[in-house]
Amino acid sequence: MHSDPRSSPFATSDRFADRHLGPSAAERERMLALLGMKSLEELIAATVPAAIRFGRALELPPALSEREAIEELGAFAAENRRFRSWIGLGYHDTVTPPVVQRNILENPGWYTQYTPYQAEISQGRLEALLHFQTLVCDLTGMEIANSSLLDEGTAAAEAMTLCKRSFEGQASGATFLVSDRCHPQTIEVVKTRALPLGIEVVVGDAAAFQFGPETFGALIQYPATDGAVEDPTALIERAHAAGARVVVASDLLALTLLESPGKFGADVVVGNSQRFGVPLFGGGPHAAFMATRNAFARKLPGRLVGMSKDAAGAPALRLALQTREQHIRRDRATSNICTAQVLLSVTAAMYAIYHGPEGLTKIARRVHLAAVTLAKALEGIGCRCAAPVVFDTLRVTPGRGGADAVHALALERRLNLRRYANGDVGVALDETAGAADLVAIFECFGGKAAGFDPDAVARTVDAAFPAALARTTPFMTSPVFARHRTEHELLRFMKRLETKDLSLTTSMIPLGSCTMKLNATAEMAPISLPGFAGIHPFAPADQQAGYAKLFARLEKWLAEITGFAATSLQPNAGSQGEYAGLLVIREYQARRGQGHRNVCLIPVSAHGTNPASAVMAGFEVVAVACDDDGNIDLGDLKAKAQEHGERLGALMVTYPSTHGVFEEGIKEVCATVHRHGGQVYLDGANMNAMVGLCRPGDIGADVCHLNLHKTFCIPHGGGGPGMGPICVAAHLAPFLPGHPFAFPGTAPKQGVGAVSAAAYGSAGILPIPYAYIAMMGPDGLALATQVAILAANYVAHRLDPHYPVLFRGKNGRVAHECIVDLRPLSKSSGVEAEDVAKRLMDYGFHAPTLSFPVAGTLMIEPTESESLAELDRLCDALIAIREEIRAIESGKLDRKDNPLKNAPHTAATVTAKEWTHPYSREQAAFPAPWTREHKYWPPVSRIDSVYGDRHLVCCWIPEFSQAAR
Amino acid sequence: MVPRDRRYLASHEWAKKDGAFVLVGITAFAVEHLSDLTFLSLPAVGAKLKKGDRFGEIESVKAVSELFTPVGGEVAAVNTALAEKVESLSADPWNAGWMIKLKNVADAELGALLDADAYEKKCESES
Repeated sequence: MHSDPRSSPFATSDRFADRHLGPSAAERERMLALLGMKSLEELIAATVPAAIRFGRALELPPALSEREAIEELGAFAAENRRFRSWIGLGYHDTVTPPVVQRNILENPGWYTQYTPYQAEISQGRLEALLHFQTLVCDLTGMEIANSSLLDEGTAAAEAMTLCKRSFEGQASGATFLVSDRCHPQTIEVVKTRALPLGIEVVVGDAAAFQFGPETFGALIQYPATDGAVEDPTALIERAHAAGARVVVASDLLALTLLESPGKFGADVVVGNSQRFGVPLFGGGPHAAFMATRNAFARKLPGRLVGMSKDAAGAPALRLALQTREQHIRRDRATSNICTAQVLLSVTAAMYAIYHGPEGLTKIARRVHLAAVTLAKALEGIGCRCAAPVVFDTLRVTPGRGGADAVHALALERRLNLRRYANGDVGVALDETAGAADLVAIFECFGGKAAGFDPDAVARTVDAAFPAALARTTPFMTSPVFARHRTEHELLRFMKRLETKDLSLTTSMIPLGSCTMKLNATAEMAPISLPGFAGIHPFAPADQQAGYAKLFARLEKWLAEITGFAATSLQPNAGSQGEYAGLLVIREYQARRGQGHRNVCLIPVSAHGTNPASAVMAGFEVVAVACDDDGNIDLGDLKAKAQEHGERLGALMVTYPSTHGVFEEGIKEVCATVHRHGGQVYLDGANMNAMVGLCRPGDIGADVCHLNLHKTFCIPHGGGGPGMGPICVAAHLAPFLPGHPFAFPGTAPKQGVGAVSAAAYGSAGILPIPYAYIAMMGPDGLALATQVAILAANYVAHRLDPHYPVLFRGKNGRVAHECIVDLRPLSKSSGVEAEDVAKRLMDYGFHAPTLSFPVAGTLMIEPTESESLAELDRLCDALIAIREEIRAIESGKLDRKDNPLKNAPHTAATVTAKEWTHPYSREQAAFPAPWTREHKYWPPVSRIDSVYGDRHLVCCWIPEFSQAAR
Repeated sequence: MVPRDRRYLASHEWAKKDGAFVLVGITAFAVEHLSDLTFLSLPAVGAKLKKGDRFGEIESVKAVSELFTPVGGEVAAVNTALAEKVESLSADPWNAGWMIKLKNVADAELGALLDADAYEKKCESES
């Protein structure tokens, strides 16, 4: 008899952990031997301080096989009931072109890319993002657009703070008007954001609002949440006359038919690009957009792609104006945003490229015609549609029987309509709506199918917009939107872009603090299941039973892993987790009569997002010094905690430290802050070094966020999506974020306001961490952490003789990453860390993290998922580069004209007729044996960032494509 | 050699008497360290500044630095030509590279700043 089926001789022989972990058991032995260690346990004992070791196994279910996990998730998806959702509220069903779904969304060549900081090996997605920015600018009528934000709600909140910043140095009011005809979740997110910043949000009828000097800006929605399309000119003029800025939330599909907000004078335009081919995903991930005028370019939050040129003078793309961002500007950044939604903006761009302006216009006309046809039919049976002009959304006052009867019939027919508090019913149509759908909706309102022939009614309606609103400005006129309308053309275009970029399908991406581990196919496949991808975030809870189960289990598992009592899945990026966690701390302090505690201590070594988030949550940032080893200076911490005693609200600390070390004093750090009345926020960016070995809650933290896109296998997507849920101790649980559309009974009692547009953030990608935890099981997770630490120590050991390894723990061990010092090389050879980063591209590698947390260094995080062969290949490449540097030091290579300074080398450079460099073409392009077997060719040479920032171009211009012909 | 005709802040701003006005800019040492300048923001004419107030920002591709006024006063003029072409700052930080022109400056504030020798010593300790 077998009590445990897993011990049966017929249990699957294939363990997922063996596929996820790079080094085999035998290889791990060899690596340990090299480090002079007998076992992983001995290595961990020498690395993780005994005082914080977790003494037992995580209480998680035993590991599932890949097949079992896929089946379990399939069962969850099947428990979600997929009704046709005509709810609207910023989320509309859409037809993802299958060619885009398979070759972008489901393609590891795209989704395993990192953020495009190393621009030379990111030209493909940078081009896709340039097209995204261009289409957003064209449709909104603005001059500059960023490459996406997290969701429409946070984009509106960012727009509010952009307006405030636009008055920097001038007097401006503190009131922000929000039209009551914006989406309710947008209003909630804006209100949450305004509160700690001292901005007073007035929600009301924008048309009746009297603008005075106290009002610095206004947010309106066009078309409005109830579907009405009204000319915003008069309102914008009144606002401008009073010195206020105007933000317009809009809809890209509607703008193909409607005149752009820019033409009406809008200062900022935001919205969600989801209906451009991105599945509903239960609320996300989707790419929100923000566009503004050039005058506010430097106030724009988020990533911005701009044109520049490479060393050969060819056009090349890279991230522009990075000085706006938190990693440089810290507490003075435009926003705490780090992540964008690259994979989703690329998807939206490809949808637009596939359809072109004419195709999009046709789709929009069909959707619009469906709306006006339905409106006419409904009015014929005694319903009233209030708005004289609509695009795709109706607000209907039902006839006899009222709303309850309508919704009851709708549920019978498996469709969802929007409920208004006053008994009106909302209907938002989309590109999937056909004649039969219109009839079904008509029947819900009491109509008889026989009495409504949509084709006939459509011929009698006037679908033209009034002249003042009808779009006359052309859009998407650049050739990319005309050239790829057949599947072959688009397929090859996407492949061309994909092969320009380096992803995990090429080689390891050893970025410190980014945890570029395996994104297993078994984790990714379930997210495409229609039972997950096809769910509207605001569909009734009883249709989301599968999601509810998945969320509840994941919340429990993450709480167990972190040693906390409760989890909020709402924050949809690490930065948003920080912001949410700090809001929770503020609320806790306020509720216990300590609302005056507004000082947040942050070590100088912290990532720039920490101070940026603290400012957003209304804290005053006080820096704490670090010692020469990168550890928090306990003396300074104690002094600062003492000094700010009564005002101390929180400490933000990263553990293991940003320098990749398990600090011995962490418990004392936490205790010190608690003694002075503060709460401890633990930045979970480095959680991959802790899972199963130690827990933030046990160390003494009160709240932490988790980057599910690092430790828990959500792919980086080329720069998003991310997910940043927070886990909290019991005393903070009542204050976790609420949401107007959270499942009934799940909202915390005294929760802070909504921090994301959707209640469960990017729900659609939560099956990924679920699958990872389920397939690894408690033992697999702990082993992964041990192997990640082993791999980092192995790399440190191999590289140390060539590049000194900085910062080690008391036994000489690093945590899950190591920092190698290149600063001495600058004097001896003139080589800078950046040159090494670029030279690695010629070897077929992505550079490690460059100059963070210490300038002139590289931070390497190998993760547990790289085989010994791949780790050795990376070390061999770095050692070979060290030899090249030695040749410069000894004078064998020129100090200025050498393979490092000229890196990366493109195919065009090394095959050019003329070769003037004092080293060979072969050394340039084929410096290592494996490059003969498979050569990754950087598509451009070194990019001139200075030129691009001095000549800012962030939309497509003809010069960009000319050089390619 | 730093010019002797003006006074300095340790944070590398200079202030120089110009008739009834005081000109403020940043030193050649600072410009060299910032490298590859891309953007300069300056205050509005008429802005009233106290000694030590932030009067603008200067950016390179990888860094942003705040600019602090060594002396208080009212902004009488700003160098818009420089703001439009900030890369020209490296050619002549001492004269054409002035950033703001202040009026109503207290002489005592100017006198309390570092003199050229003290500033040079400070730079030596930094490099």
